[in-house]
Amino acid sequence: MAKKEYSFYPGCSSQKLASGSNYQTAVDSMCDVLDIKLNTIPDWNCCAASIGYAEGGELPRLALSARNLALSEQANPGQDVVATCAACWLATRETKERLHHSDSLMKETNEALAAAGLKVKADQNVRHMVEVLVEDIGYEEMGKHVKKPLEGIKIAGYVGCQTNRPFGISGESFENPKYLDKLVETMGAQPVDNYDKKVSCCGGALAFSEPEKSQALIKDIIEAAYDGGADMIVTPCPVCQMNVEIYQNDINAKYKTKFKIPVVYYSTLMSVAYGKNAKQAGLDGLVIQAKQLNDIAAK
Amino acid sequence: MSANTAAVERYRNSFLKEVEANVEEGNWVKMCMQCGVCSGSCPFGPHWDHPPQELFMMIRAGKREEVLTSSSMWMCTSCYNCIARCPRELPITHIMHGLANYAHRLGIAPKNQPTRKFAKMFWDNLSKKGRVNELKLGVSLYFMNGFVSGIKTAIAALPIGIGMYKTKRLNPMEYFGGHGVKDTSGLHAILKKAREIEDAKMKKF
Repeated sequence: MAKKEYSFYPGCSSQKLASGSNYQTAVDSMCDVLDIKLNTIPDWNCCAASIGYAEGGELPRLALSARNLALSEQANPGQDVVATCAACWLATRETKERLHHSDSLMKETNEALAAAGLKVKADQNVRHMVEVLVEDIGYEEMGKHVKKPLEGIKIAGYVGCQTNRPFGISGESFENPKYLDKLVETMGAQPVDNYDKKVSCCGGALAFSEPEKSQALIKDIIEAAYDGGADMIVTPCPVCQMNVEIYQNDINAKYKTKFKIPVVYYSTLMSVAYGKNAKQAGLDGLVIQAKQLNDIAAK
Repeated sequence: MSANTAAVERYRNSFLKEVEANVEEGNWVKMCMQCGVCSGSCPFGPHWDHPPQELFMMIRAGKREEVLTSSSMWMCTSCYNCIARCPRELPITHIMHGLANYAHRLGIAPKNQPTRKFAKMFWDNLSKKGRVNELKLGVSLYFMNGFVSGIKTAIAALPIGIGMYKTKRLNPMEYFGGHGVKDTSGLHAILKKAREIEDAKMKKF
């Protein structure tokens, strides 16, 4: 298989010692096996996520993503831009579409970028890593590399919001996307059928500013996973991962529940199934340890 | 202007025109057909004083103060469910962001609205060095309601912080520096210029 190359936008949470650093670790291990080369956009900046709008407004916010696209065009011309974080992907793709939709926004954005000697065409595709896996690699190829099938593990595929809406993965429905379940199956594990909270919101950034309201949503997401018989939850989004994982003690205290369910990334599952060790799969980055995956990784 | 357009124009009140001119994607507001799918699809639905559908009608009814001082649009979690489901394809999430940003710029958004405060912190944090400093963001979040409440919140959140630190997902040293872009001056110049252009576009009403 020919090596596939992409212009990579890692995002703030993926950095060393940041909240999603274990996601990046597992993505690197997964890409190593699948012969995917990620060419990081030099000097990339934050996309303003889904909460930057209030102070940032429209143009300054779009300019942030446009700067990344401009740097990507310079350094990695002709390559698709790929992000692993849902918010990074959404903001960058939205910027690309907005600039092409409006001549005046394109002009104004380039005026702003010119202040740093940059210009943007926004002509590269902007994709989520999941799209690369599903569309460019394919389930069959992904399955071929499985050395240690994740047998006997039942997993709730929590797709969440921003990997799913407003853009979503081509060919999937907004209400019941199947790709995470198919991925779980491809790795030899068993997906939870009809996971009721598959595309429900975890509160996103409002988990910080409105903790009680958000934790009520998170409680339902976890409860539905348990109801489906899940041993763990898998997600493609670093905010989903963090929100669903780290507040379980607070939720237990408030709702008298006994939640202790690991929340992993698709890349974690793939790295373990591909024979990587616990560290390479980012398993040491889980606050709630995934014992079943640790056992397989140690085999 | 055709006679027909002129006739329609008379029924567009000044607040609707203001929203169309100054709010991101505000020109879509008139397209809402009041079906309520957005309101029924919102994960924070019960917490909105006026769900999106109602805000759209209030804009069209000229209720400027009630809309802009409302905490409603600050309840948007950016889940995009409303966008995905709206039969008229209104970019509702963006309109809610736009309304919140506009009220914030005018200085009339609710003062102690926690998401408003957090959103400002987030932007200030990321625009300083070009990348989010998660530790400083967390610390300023805990202390956003003052020192005493901050200490309480920080202590309550300590187990989470320790968990993140132990798993190498939180770096205490980030308080003294942390991640950032190399070309900070270029980034600041871009943001300054973008802000100038955006401010110049704002129309007086």
